[in-house]
Amino acid sequence: MSFSRETDHGTPPALATGKTVTVTIDGQSLTLPEGTSIMRAASLAGGSIPKLCATDSVESFGSCRLCLVEVEGRAGYPASCTTPIVDGMVVRTQTDRLKQLRRGVMELYISDHPLDCLTCAANGDCELQDQAGAVGLRDVRYGYDGATNMGQAKDQSNPYFDFDPSKCIVCSRCVRACEEVQGTFALTIENKGFESKVAPSQGEDFLGSECVSCGACVQACPTASLIEKKVVETGTPDRAVVTTCAYCGVGCTFRAEMRGEELVRMVPWKDGKANRGHSCVKGRFAWGYAQHKERILNPMIRASVDEPWREVSWEEAIAHTASEFRRIQAKYGTRSVGGITSSRCTNEETFLVQKLIRQGFGNNNVDTCARVCHSPTGYGLKTTFGTSAGTQDFDSVMRSDVILVIGANPTDGHPVFASRMKRRLRQGAKLIVIDPRRTDLVKSPHVEAEHHLPLRPGTNVAMLTAMAHVIVTEKLYDEAFIRERCDWDEFQDWADFVSEPARSPEAIEPLTGVDPQDVRAAARLYATGGNAAIYYGLGVTEHSQGSSTVMAIANLAMATGNIGREGVGVNPLRGQNNVQGACDMGSFPHEFSGYRHVSDDATRKLFEDAWGVALDAEPGLRIPNMLDAATDGAFKALFVQGEDILQSDPNTHHVAAGLAAMECVVVQDLFLNETANYAHVFLPGSTFLEKDGTFTNAERRIQRVRKVMAPLNGYADWEIVQLVANAMGLGWAYEHPSEIMDEIAALTPTFAGVSYDRLDAEGSLQWPANDAAPHGTPTMHIDGFVRGRGKFVVTDYVPTDEKTGPRFPLLLTTGRILSHYNVGAQTRRTANTAWHPEDRLEIHPSDAENRGLKDGDWVTLRSRAGETTLRALVTDRVAPGVVYTTFHHPETQANVITTDYSDWATNCPEYKVTAVQVSASNGPSDWQQDYARQARQSRRILPLEAAE
Amino acid sequence: MSDDTHVMSTGDRLIYMANQIARNFATDGEAQAAAQTATHISLYWDPAMRARIRALAAEQPEALSPIAAAALQRLHPAGAA
Repeated sequence: MSFSRETDHGTPPALATGKTVTVTIDGQSLTLPEGTSIMRAASLAGGSIPKLCATDSVESFGSCRLCLVEVEGRAGYPASCTTPIVDGMVVRTQTDRLKQLRRGVMELYISDHPLDCLTCAANGDCELQDQAGAVGLRDVRYGYDGATNMGQAKDQSNPYFDFDPSKCIVCSRCVRACEEVQGTFALTIENKGFESKVAPSQGEDFLGSECVSCGACVQACPTASLIEKKVVETGTPDRAVVTTCAYCGVGCTFRAEMRGEELVRMVPWKDGKANRGHSCVKGRFAWGYAQHKERILNPMIRASVDEPWREVSWEEAIAHTASEFRRIQAKYGTRSVGGITSSRCTNEETFLVQKLIRQGFGNNNVDTCARVCHSPTGYGLKTTFGTSAGTQDFDSVMRSDVILVIGANPTDGHPVFASRMKRRLRQGAKLIVIDPRRTDLVKSPHVEAEHHLPLRPGTNVAMLTAMAHVIVTEKLYDEAFIRERCDWDEFQDWADFVSEPARSPEAIEPLTGVDPQDVRAAARLYATGGNAAIYYGLGVTEHSQGSSTVMAIANLAMATGNIGREGVGVNPLRGQNNVQGACDMGSFPHEFSGYRHVSDDATRKLFEDAWGVALDAEPGLRIPNMLDAATDGAFKALFVQGEDILQSDPNTHHVAAGLAAMECVVVQDLFLNETANYAHVFLPGSTFLEKDGTFTNAERRIQRVRKVMAPLNGYADWEIVQLVANAMGLGWAYEHPSEIMDEIAALTPTFAGVSYDRLDAEGSLQWPANDAAPHGTPTMHIDGFVRGRGKFVVTDYVPTDEKTGPRFPLLLTTGRILSHYNVGAQTRRTANTAWHPEDRLEIHPSDAENRGLKDGDWVTLRSRAGETTLRALVTDRVAPGVVYTTFHHPETQANVITTDYSDWATNCPEYKVTAVQVSASNGPSDWQQDYARQARQSRRILPLEAAE
Repeated sequence: MSDDTHVMSTGDRLIYMANQIARNFATDGEAQAAAQTATHISLYWDPAMRARIRALAAEQPEALSPIAAAALQRLHPAGAA
């Protein structure tokens, strides 16, 4: 794709009413949806009416007066952005009078605007400049001697963009984008008349304000008033390539705007079906890690983790890797090795890693990051509905009347989707939040939850069963739906169970700590408020009853008929960019791609025929089982692509012991991550900018990742895995990732209709995409559940065995923050650290006071598993008795604290419930200092020359 | 659990996991829960884990809940899940 701006139709599409009207614009007859603006109609007809305050990402405003038109039979000159077309309307957009009026308006704008176009960073990419040309402005009669707004100080506080008020034309596009698109309301126009100016929050600079740096204001700005620092530094782009973000499961698509091989900026793509032209601070700005100086570009090996790394050629590294795995298998057995696929890499790369393990290693010892996040989603939704994935597309939320968010914090974890959700809430949808913390969604500008149920961590099942109790005992369920779509006998068993008095909101109040009347009101609202949708996150899955909670959620949706159409459904907010895809691709030790068990003879034969080897019919080891087997001496080698289990997985001591017990750990990554401290081979990885492939987001949407620059390390990740496979004698011959996708499609019924040609033609496809659904499946289970009849599962509340007591009286729950992603390996190497330089421990004021702690104090956080130190953040966002922290920084190693307890069905760790004590501290613990010393020692590198 | 620092051995963890699975199926009644627990372990545990838990069931029968114990009686030897 060469560089051209995306077409801006000036105003958004009209709300669909099904009616059309016919108008004539400049002699051209057009039939368009009722409610379309004249401006948009003219644009759709191929014309363009001059405009400044209008852009199609926000509602029309009618302030600049540049878009005036003439309408036959109407007096005056209406603004085309605010005037809808009506049947029979005749419009003229270019007349002598209009030209004169527009020149007059533009003349006023330019009279208070610096004329430094040639040295302006937006030169050639400035709408003000374009419109001055479009209206034929040739001189400004007013001169520049009088008062102006020029010469004001720039606000350069934001690490990614500058604000130059001198170049601001006060069109309010930035203010409206912040309100309508992002929903943060951080910007305003302060003062009046000539003194009017854009201001973040209450006179603060951008960095210190409520601004979340999503970039919507920068994108909306028609001048250089708000502009990316990178554009200022580099110049404007000369080409653009559409690709998919490598952060979070929303899967935003961006135009990677390039100058040669240099990335100038990432601009959210308006046609992106997941993000609809919006972005967050991570995807929009935090891509600098790709060129970070700490990135490892040469392969390295070492005999022992005590030694420094030795840079070697690719040939040596690959040959060494293959020979080590073969040696270890010969000595310890076929099942003594395994691997971990990456939820950050592409579908094609993930598929190849599990193929390497199944075909090359000859076992099923493959697992993925989903083990520690959404494996309960896979288990729970497959059991109840028949498919291990969410039921809706993101657009669906715009048709919801009630939104129930449980165990998710989308404004931090899935910010672009959160903005859509907040837009729907501002339109009047009702919100229920079930979360121990008062997340931003509970109360933020123009959004307030109808009900916030601040339950005690670990009591999700009791809470959801109590809601079911209300729905059943008050007969709020949808009997017709249940009889038609579900197993009625199973429903009755479930209904009898939830109806027992012991499961009423009143009975479980001592467990959850939530007012039963609030629970009753929330249940009634969910059951009777219209289209009701459930969105959930890791606060559901990362518990000892994570799978039960997912099934309890599915029970609620089935009981109320909230499944199988737009606006409803059960929607897991997946964490990493391709964690859905990693699961789809057969990354679990018991399943091939498409969630088919390895013991299924027909499926196994399909793969055996394709791959030419006999495959193991026994399930393999999950990540924690691999670590257990390693400490027991039975598991000796691990291939880890794009994951950092030492930082992300629970009980760091146990992970470290497992890794230390292995004879060969291979890490394929961008950086020497924490796991690499225990590695013997390091294979440098490539970024999402440097390879082709696909990611699958939380909506099951498969989207293209497109290479925009050559891999700095020399190879795309799929090529590296192919080199290892061929060194092991597997004879792979993929020339391009599209060929890997063709193999996936041939072997996976839900992907049968997926190819790069189809993806290019459709933009994206939501699986299942096959002959039965050639354009994909935005909404699942419309006419029936994939498994046949929906299955109600009795979910008995089983309290966690992780108990508070005198030594550990508080409950720790962990989570994420907007500016960082997962273990922070990427975002810590960007300017996002300006917002979050360290993990902090949120503690309630009363708990802090009891311990003599003040905000900012160093504290020791201790559990039965271990201890660490970090600084306190005293806040009433957490309830008394609950503390909270993030796990983005290895200096903190929050997972030193978390335990081995896990979900009963999937072994997903119980990150959200750890009994802890907090006490005053003087600074980093001995363990942290020892760990830092060992990490420094482990990261020593002998360069290639010295090694020879 | 006591307040003492507690690290499970692999064997203890397998016993804990088997009991945990059994407890979560318990509302279906003992016979049904034992069958479901056995199926679950067959579907998701690798052969070495299954062999180990069978051995542990023989060594420490008192460590297993009745449902878990019944489930492990139903488990076929590793390799014949």
